[in-house]
Amino acid sequence: MSSAPKPRPKYYDLSLAHLPPPGLVSIFHRVSGLALFFPILPLLLYALQQTLGSEAGWSHWKDVFSRPVVKIILLGVVWLYAHHFWAGLRYLLLDVHIGIDKAPAKASAVVVLVLGVLTALVVGWCIW
Amino acid sequence: MVKRYSKNPVGAHYGLGDWLLQRLTAIVMAVYTVGMVACLLWHAPASHADWKAMFSGNVLRVATMVFVLALLYHAWVGMRDIVMDYLKPAGLRLVVEAGIALVLAFYLVWAASILWGAR
Repeated sequence: MSSAPKPRPKYYDLSLAHLPPPGLVSIFHRVSGLALFFPILPLLLYALQQTLGSEAGWSHWKDVFSRPVVKIILLGVVWLYAHHFWAGLRYLLLDVHIGIDKAPAKASAVVVLVLGVLTALVVGWCIW
Repeated sequence: MVKRYSKNPVGAHYGLGDWLLQRLTAIVMAVYTVGMVACLLWHAPASHADWKAMFSGNVLRVATMVFVLALLYHAWVGMRDIVMDYLKPAGLRLVVEAGIALVLAFYLVWAASILWGAR
């Protein structure tokens, strides 16, 4: 019997394709949280500061948001927030033991993934 | 008979409190988000004056500040979870966590100054 523990095998599979829906919801929840902390929050604070600060700031940001590229980026931001929001609600329900069985948990994960995209699409429809 | 292990083997016991507060702050932010979306749908600000008038009311100012406070605590717990999962060396972890705390403190002062400060 060896006294030292064997080195553990390292196997990093960073492909998301094999993940079941709850796994996708989980990793997107983490990545979106990180992105919201930085750089999205400071960007939003900056926009709030400028738009509240002066008439010129308001019209500057109005111009910025009218560009198609910026609108697409904005949709990405909306998706990150929306996914974090819906996934968070799902976790709150799981915390109080609603839908913790395998089948409903999988179904709710699919619902979260769809709702996130749907929210971004609705916002996209509103701003275009 | 097995002697019962009397010492608690885990750390500083802030885990459960943080876990619970992460949930409570999430609820605060969810309520604000729904309210803000409803507000913008009901009366979308069409001009700088509109936008400024919207944020001149103390209700929205205080609500936004509460949202920001909830967000900062929530982000602290979440970011620390990420750091604990991926950064193992204690020194590096300390530096990154200190950096996150500084950034959060900066966001707090910045948000407060936008809502109440130089106008």
